Amino acid sequence: MKILVCIKQVPQKDAPLKLNDAGTWIREDVSYEVNEPDAFALEEALQQKQKHSGEVVAITAGPVRASQVLREALAKGADRAIHLEDDAFVGLDAYNTARAIAAAIKDDKFDLIFTGLQSDDYGYAQTGVILAQILGLPHATIIMQIEKTDTGIRVKRELEAGFFQYVDLPLPAVLTIQSGINKLRYATLIGIKQAKTKPLRKVTLPEVQSAMGSNLQKIEKLYVPQKSKNTEFLEGPPAEVARKLVEKLKNELRVI
Amino acid sequence: MAETILVVVEQREGKLSRVSWETIAAGQAIVTATGWTLEAAVIGSGVSAIASEVAAKNVAKVYDIESPKLEPYTPDAFAHAFEEFLGKHPAKLVLMPHTYQVRDFVPKLATALQTTAISDVVGFNYEDGKLLFTRQMFQGKFVADVSFAGSGPCFVTFQNGSFRADKVETAAALAPVETVNVDIPDNIVRNRPQEVFKEAKQAVDLTQAEIIVSVGRGIKEQKNIDLAKQLADAIGGELAASRPICDNGWLPMDRQIGSSGQTVAPKLYLALGISGAIQHLVGMKGSRSIIAINKDSEAPIFEIADYAVVGNLFDIVPPLIEEIKKARG
Repeated sequence: MKILVCIKQVPQKDAPLKLNDAGTWIREDVSYEVNEPDAFALEEALQQKQKHSGEVVAITAGPVRASQVLREALAKGADRAIHLEDDAFVGLDAYNTARAIAAAIKDDKFDLIFTGLQSDDYGYAQTGVILAQILGLPHATIIMQIEKTDTGIRVKRELEAGFFQYVDLPLPAVLTIQSGINKLRYATLIGIKQAKTKPLRKVTLPEVQSAMGSNLQKIEKLYVPQKSKNTEFLEGPPAEVARKLVEKLKNELRVI
Repeated sequence: MAETILVVVEQREGKLSRVSWETIAAGQAIVTATGWTLEAAVIGSGVSAIASEVAAKNVAKVYDIESPKLEPYTPDAFAHAFEEFLGKHPAKLVLMPHTYQVRDFVPKLATALQTTAISDVVGFNYEDGKLLFTRQMFQGKFVADVSFAGSGPCFVTFQNGSFRADKVETAAALAPVETVNVDIPDNIVRNRPQEVFKEAKQAVDLTQAEIIVSVGRGIKEQKNIDLAKQLADAIGGELAASRPICDNGWLPMDRQIGSSGQTVAPKLYLALGISGAIQHLVGMKGSRSIIAINKDSEAPIFEIADYAVVGNLFDIVPPLIEEIKKARG
């Protein structure tokens, strides 16, 4: 099986984020990491390759810094990588991101395309499904299991409130992968060394721009949400905070 | 010009979800602000009873979009049905609840119509003739006001709990219901869905718990779960967790709170090291009171906490256990 995995670089989970001066985006001087569901998508691709042989290709769209997530993917076992490299890719809506990815892979034929189910930055939860529509492929979202069948694949979709559903799809297909579908591996030293010799193709914005359009949604303003509740912050050394909390539990909330 | 807003509700086994009612409330609120016209649509096979239920609310019209091929749900059939419907009944805005099902087909539908979906919306504002939708970003640490630039329709999906279902206005007279039979060709549906099922029966029903002590990533290691367990025991509560903890297998899946786990509303929800991603918050924000302990002062969990402690849970929980034991004698 030939599998493409779409990986995004996002701010680290506990990185303190600050707004830029225009109040339209965050300041970029933060630490970044692989978007978590994308890490699970990569792992799933590597496991499928182990079972059925084939090729795993990692792709990302982002500035120079984003090549780090591709190097990590190559070190973990991806065979090659594609970097849509331009600062402008950070500001694309999901439709344009998907169109750029589709243009970058137009000469490839993949059996499966994986994305994480959503990104930790924009949180659109759309790029994979849009990519499927652009490529004319069937898709399934929030996937927790993938088995190859005689006619294609059988996937386990997560539904809400603890429900699941198996769905049969023909190949090729696009799947959005849920966190927790597998156990993530670490890159080995030898993997990190081998990664340096694996192909990493750079695609510039002008190469794909004719496939893209203007963004159909625009962030006018990014800001800290207004609090809907009067939160009381309890401060002091731990022992004092513990006493204050117990006082609240006893006298205000009446649960002890 | 009075534009049309179409609100699409989601039914499962003949019942509307609460977030569907909330989305109708959102539509009514946008109408109050803009003076536009609100219509509603139900989609499925044999769902006219739902259409009648919605017709009792303050909407101008209800469409019952029908085809035997719409049951069971597939993204191909749903996207095709709406493409056909919207071709004949244009709308400026199409509002839907931000459910897993909507997330599965709306990006496809919007792309087929060469337009966009503003997803995970929690509010809107209308100023100087411009409609902006507020959506969560960066896992709820920020929100963004987003404008729509296309010619329409613009799809908007509303997060759970953004509007109040009990605020839906009822009308004096029933709205007319129009049945629209859509034609879905045999060869377009590629997915073959099987029956919906639940994993092995849930052993723990957290919905009945009065006190829940819940742990998130901040607990760091599996062995530290015991500290949370001690706190739960001391205060007489059930232990629960956010998704990553259950994904790691540190607690069983049936103790997961959030959109893919259980939805709870206990007297007290004590969140330890939980940042408060929206997927978790939707499962617990109805709690009567919330105490949050987290080292990140910007964690979204503090937005909805009654009492907040910014600090290291490993410093605070041990003396807290002792103080609770003392207080309970």
